[in-house]
Amino acid sequence: MEEIINVSGRSIPHIYPHLEAWGAPIALYLFFGGLAAGLLFFSSYFFLKGKADTMPMTVKVAPIIAPFIIIIGLMLLLYDLHHVLYFWQLFLNFRIESPMSWGAWTLSVIMVPAILWPLSYLDDTIEYLKEHKSNWKIIGLLEWTNNLTKKMPVLPKIMDLFVKNREIVAYVTIILSIILGVYTGILLSAFNARPLWNTAILGPLFLTSGISTAAALLMWMTNSHKERQMYSRIDLILIAVELFLITHMFMGFLSSGVAQVEAAQLLLGGPYTVVFWVLVVGMGLILPAVLEILELRGFKIPISTPAILILLGGLLFRFIMVYAGQASGFHIL
Amino acid sequence: MRYAMAMDTRKCVGCSDCVVACQTENNVPLGYCRDWIVEAVKGTYPDTVQMHFKSERCMHCENTPCVRTCPTGASHVIDGGIVKVTPDECIGCGACIESCPYDARYVHPDGYVDKCTFCDHRLEQGLNTACVDVCPTSCLIFGDLDDPKSDVSKILTEKDWYVLAPEAGTKPQLYFLK
Repeated sequence: MEEIINVSGRSIPHIYPHLEAWGAPIALYLFFGGLAAGLLFFSSYFFLKGKADTMPMTVKVAPIIAPFIIIIGLMLLLYDLHHVLYFWQLFLNFRIESPMSWGAWTLSVIMVPAILWPLSYLDDTIEYLKEHKSNWKIIGLLEWTNNLTKKMPVLPKIMDLFVKNREIVAYVTIILSIILGVYTGILLSAFNARPLWNTAILGPLFLTSGISTAAALLMWMTNSHKERQMYSRIDLILIAVELFLITHMFMGFLSSGVAQVEAAQLLLGGPYTVVFWVLVVGMGLILPAVLEILELRGFKIPISTPAILILLGGLLFRFIMVYAGQASGFHIL
Repeated sequence: MRYAMAMDTRKCVGCSDCVVACQTENNVPLGYCRDWIVEAVKGTYPDTVQMHFKSERCMHCENTPCVRTCPTGASHVIDGGIVKVTPDECIGCGACIESCPYDARYVHPDGYVDKCTFCDHRLEQGLNTACVDVCPTSCLIFGDLDDPKSDVSKILTEKDWYVLAPEAGTKPQLYFLK
């Protein structure tokens, strides 16, 4: 049997025997980024459709989660930096070819509407929560924040300006949220050296997956049956798009060069096959889709089940892509 | 000016002197290395087994994904096409490590990303790189590709060579002589 054995005395942590420069923090960061992008997208979109009062959960209440998960995402990114005391260098430079630079700036810019949007709806949010979840202790904290906001020196004036121009803000937020959602995929796909990541389909795929996780969360959180059914339908479409994109991703890999074919093999018979097809595609996409179809047909299925499955599937998908991508590469030794 | 290195796989005995010379010259922390030896065995046992050694390091590519993906500009190219990292600008995000097809970069214990510099501090003094100077079999040849009279230009026109993973498209400047 013809064999090739390469031996190297190199044993640098996180580089050899296999690359693991990025890990769980980056996967979580991509998950939270996608989820925040989806939440902001839906709130702005349905506001522009004039649904602010009929869909209060989507437009007014749920966006309050966005700034917190963006901050958690940014903290995870900072935690992952090895030279963290120099992180400010990110904000002294903008490098158009560096996805990491795009991400740092997009997240910083989107923080403005992500904070101001829920803050401007805080009165409605408190009212909504008192009506539906009166036992939540967080209401007190929100009331305190609301009073503080109104007592701050310049903030009320900024809020007035914000509320008056909410339509423009919504359009800008939609664009920013799409950039953020696509970015979570581009961050990986920009690396030519990792064939499993190096596909242009990763941007749209991560965007779809991010919006789908947000739809799942909104479906779970809302009190309105009509809204829930609408998100069920949206999720079904998004799952179909995701399956379509995943199929095309593999078609692209398998008809490409050796490195791409070998990268695809990691998920087609290689070590990541079972977790990818059983847990991500099976439990994270197909099973929740089936449950949602049954639910729409009138079967009694607790909505939390498909919602949690979609959220976990989205999270696991990012973990697998981060780790499997680093196991793919060119023959270099 | 375009610095490049040729590496004669037929002369290399895999002694790792280049690795130790680099670690000493550049104060590379314990357990890390900027260049390394690869022992490649291929064929069918026992008839056609072949073995050769390669001394590898950053390829100082002409097309540099590591410089492109750096969010702060810490990764940059200096005169002669040498790829360097400025520690005070590096945030240690790992984007350059992910973008290198040759895994030539690593995170220094102090947090910034570190790599081969083609000993640019020695080149300034008119010296060769530490690994080239120490090699007992003279299998490493360093020089300026833009100068047709340099040793590396001459040997690359005389001998047959290959580069690693040319399909990665980075135009590596470490040539392996057959």
